[in-house]
Amino acid sequence: MATVTLTPYKTPELFLECTTITPDAFCGKAPQEIAELEVREGKTKLRMGDYFHVEGKAGKTPEETEIQILGDCTRVKYIGFKMTGGAITVNGNADMYVGGWMKGGKIHVTGNVHSFCGIAMEGGEILVDGKAENYVGCAYRGDWRGMRGGTIRIRGSAGNDIGTFMLGGTIIIEKNAFIHVSTHAEGGTIIIKGNVEGRVGGQMVKGDIYVLGEVQYMLPGFQKIEQVEKEVDGAKVKLDHYIGDLGERHPKSKGKEIYANLFVRAT
Amino acid sequence: MPKIVTDVGCPYCGASCDDLEILVSDDGKKILEVYNACAIGNEVFHHASSPDRLKRPRLRQPDGTYQEISYDEAVDYTAKVLLKAKKPLIYGFGSTNCEAMSAVGRVAEKSGAVLDNCASICHGPSFLAIFDNGYPSCTLGEVKNRADVVVFWGCNPMHAHPRHTSRYSIFPRGFFTEKGQRQRKMISIDPRETETAKLADIHLMVQQGHDYELFDAFRTVLRGHDIPDEVAGIRKEAILEAAGIMKNARFGMIFFGMGCTHTDGRNHNVDIAISLTRDLNTVAKYSIMAMRGHYNIAGPGQVWSWQFGFPYCIDLTKGTHAHMNPGETSSIDLAMRDEVDAFINIGTDAGAHFPIDAVKHLRKHPFITIDPNICMASEISDLHIPVAVVGVEEAGVVYRMDNVPIQFKKVVDPPEGVISDEQLFDRVYLRICELTETEPTWIPAKGHAKAPVTAGQ
Ligand code: SF4
Repeated sequence: MATVTLTPYKTPELFLECTTITPDAFCGKAPQEIAELEVREGKTKLRMGDYFHVEGKAGKTPEETEIQILGDCTRVKYIGFKMTGGAITVNGNADMYVGGWMKGGKIHVTGNVHSFCGIAMEGGEILVDGKAENYVGCAYRGDWRGMRGGTIRIRGSAGNDIGTFMLGGTIIIEKNAFIHVSTHAEGGTIIIKGNVEGRVGGQMVKGDIYVLGEVQYMLPGFQKIEQVEKEVDGAKVKLDHYIGDLGERHPKSKGKEIYANLFVRAT
Repeated sequence: MPKIVTDVGCPYCGASCDDLEILVSDDGKKILEVYNACAIGNEVFHHASSPDRLKRPRLRQPDGTYQEISYDEAVDYTAKVLLKAKKPLIYGFGSTNCEAMSAVGRVAEKSGAVLDNCASICHGPSFLAIFDNGYPSCTLGEVKNRADVVVFWGCNPMHAHPRHTSRYSIFPRGFFTEKGQRQRKMISIDPRETETAKLADIHLMVQQGHDYELFDAFRTVLRGHDIPDEVAGIRKEAILEAAGIMKNARFGMIFFGMGCTHTDGRNHNVDIAISLTRDLNTVAKYSIMAMRGHYNIAGPGQVWSWQFGFPYCIDLTKGTHAHMNPGETSSIDLAMRDEVDAFINIGTDAGAHFPIDAVKHLRKHPFITIDPNICMASEISDLHIPVAVVGVEEAGVVYRMDNVPIQFKKVVDPPEGVISDEQLFDRVYLRICELTETEPTWIPAKGHAKAPVTAGQ
């Protein structure tokens, strides 16, 4: 894999919108050409080179291109926007929309990410070593087709609206989450290793949620049916198995209603 | 002889009453009496006639004082601020007409601004829920004529919309509700014992911030499943009783307010209320409505959805398309994250309504207030442009909370020389065109005053 390094040397006054920081936009280009790619700060159009030193070599295809960002991107949005392959590493924080509408490849952020990480994701992998704000792996406003595939792993905690309208893929939050997990989901798997305050699986039709900590406020629409032992993210755990949301519509298979599953660590 | 103007609209709350009668002095300049309005509506009209109204724009001087300038100078200043900023924010529109909302669309598009309205801090979450889950709503006329079960969830019309219950929802006698209040069951769901809760047949004192759980409980029992003995601080029996009343409605109505949109979960509280409305429609006829706050705050949603495809939080900085994603493009988030570098506050008071940190960030950059009155925002602005009071000194179209358009009247003239919001935005637009050496494009309806006259017409 050929590696391009971006070294931020200037902090934008507002926020930088860099939909072009993707292996797809970089591949086949020389560093000088990459420096000419457009980035935006509000309504002003700028060059990548106005904020980053560009070095190294891009591969011929996105799959053969790796981007290393050597510095903080707290005020940079849209890293890995719609990417289809290759890899991006951010050594530091990143702002909103990391891996938004992503289809393939890998993103690794060593710091924190802001909201909308992995929004409407279809495939690939996102790994965040720090924490995430709200809307991890959610749907775009008004879209009933949320995250469809891929994996998001947040090593820290996350805020609200995780996997809203999710249809497939996996989200793992290694610490706590706030409220609204898998709201309106019709598929996919979410694992929260810490505690959640509440609203887990509201209006959920299908899919699985695992909470290895505690759920402070259970929704009345979830009913415990059994205790099971399962392997979750590499460890065996004893879990209470709930089905729900009993207030929501559910599809039928062979005359029986299919519910969403919520597994909470047994006490 | 003083004359009476009838069928006047009230430019205050979202009930947008249009049955006011105003007694005006012989010279048509002064408002003497206001009939039919509630105490708030009354005050709005009398306040407009106050002698200490501002008549010219005021520009902040280096020594911190305000100095009067001409409208031309104010227009020029505003145009230049908008052009210079990388990402200006134009916010407000709670209290103006649709004509002004349409006019500002041209300014925002031309200058690459973010356009947002007060829904951003009130019923914005309702928009998100409506995007996600639809809006099975009706008009207030239907409520008056049909509703026999009325639920007020997280709202207190007795204070916020004083004539709502008497004009539309509880007291009036309608076509199928000839017995008025006696024929209606009223349910209030509120953590506080409000005046509305006191009037209700049933008051469920939901634990603050747990509305979502209670909605889920209603939906679960409606599908015939059991629920825990207590949900959100309410006993199961009370939930079952209320659910029974709701199910037995001939026409049920759910009104919701800030108690749903501004507690944890926000849009999801409204979203699940919409799901509950859908469920109830399998056993009865049901409808749902947001208790919009101001008389025309439904207006920008209508006007801008038509112009840009989105009702609020519209980022027009891209130049190629409108981008909307509240959480990012919403006024408070933009301000808190220090993401805008110029601010225009119009027809609202961001100084009073925004969190102090948001105001502090905005204050670092040019800050302009367009408002007939002195308010908190005007007092911290660089420029304050007074305008005519819509509904009193300026006619126009407004959308009531049920999205019914109403033509509001002009009752008296504005103070000498004071222009309307619409005129102001049109002048700013023309000035921006002059400064950028471009041709203005008016795309109004054929025959409209702003349509360019082309040869052969
Ligand atoms: S209820 Fe609202 S619209 Fe009606 S008169 Fe009172 S303030 Fe005006």
